[in-house]
Amino acid sequence: MADVFDKVKDIIVDKLEVEESQVKMEASFKDDLEADSLDVVELVMELEDEFDMEIADEEAEKINTVGDAVNYINSSQS
Amino acid sequence: MLEGKTALVTGASRGIGRAIALELARQGANVAVNYAGGEDKAQSVVEEIRQMGVQSFKIQANVADEQETKVMVKEVISEFDSLDILVNNAGINRDNLLMRMKEDEFDQVIDTNLKGVFQCTKAVSRQMMKQKGGRIINVSSIVGVSGNAGQANYTAAKAGVIGLTKSTAKEFASRNILVNAVAPGFISTDMTDELTEEQKEGMLSMIPLEKLGEPEDVARVVRFLASEDAKYITGQTIHIDGGMVM
Repeated sequence: MADVFDKVKDIIVDKLEVEESQVKMEASFKDDLEADSLDVVELVMELEDEFDMEIADEEAEKINTVGDAVNYINSSQS
Repeated sequence: MLEGKTALVTGASRGIGRAIALELARQGANVAVNYAGGEDKAQSVVEEIRQMGVQSFKIQANVADEQETKVMVKEVISEFDSLDILVNNAGINRDNLLMRMKEDEFDQVIDTNLKGVFQCTKAVSRQMMKQKGGRIINVSSIVGVSGNAGQANYTAAKAGVIGLTKSTAKEFASRNILVNAVAPGFISTDMTDELTEEQKEGMLSMIPLEKLGEPEDVARVVRFLASEDAKYITGQTIHIDGGMVM
């Protein structure tokens, strides 16, 4: 669990150029991390590559917070 | 001019698409030649390109089909390791007066000429976003701007391509993916050979330069839009029509 969060955090810090401390489970990509729609699409693409999975568009649209992403990855990997 | 770049040209086995594929290759790009039906013609384009000392291969796909376009783009990227230039050129026509036009004739043309551009653009977007750059050049038509009797389906699709070009240009600008369209006028190809003498004369009388264009006239503009020289141009439609529509 922590492992997934750390990997996701690294990608977010790198992609969105934010501080590690800003990346919390409840942080919203758009509201708290200043990502635009395209940034989120790009982020999902990175996550797909990192975790070697495919996230369907319908699922990707539901990912609004860091927690959404982490939980999705955890549930699909278990 | 385009050394080390990689390109995918749809509908490249003949006509304008063929001329574009050859021109990009002449400038040093590796070019994937997409075709729907004319395998032999596609192969001869590939061979002509290889003689220029760059890589090329042919790839069959119906651009209106999501799965086929995905597979095509995947193959191009695995072959070339990158994809810098997409030229959406594949097109068909099913001309008829609107009152006689069947739903199927309308749908087929919209599917290939408009939806095909959407499918291919979507399929390459991921790669171009990762590369943080790319060029997409859509082949529209001057009749998409002016309208043309007997081509309600074709003109609707080609006008649609211009709108799609502008929206895509806006969405991708922040990622340095530039999207433009060219709108050829009366270009001498198989498609225009089908027109009647009367139709041809009618069109010639509307062209200030008083002659048909050649596929190469279009190809050179596409090459420019694909090059570094065009790095500050996006969302535009360039008319290549001898002044027909101003």
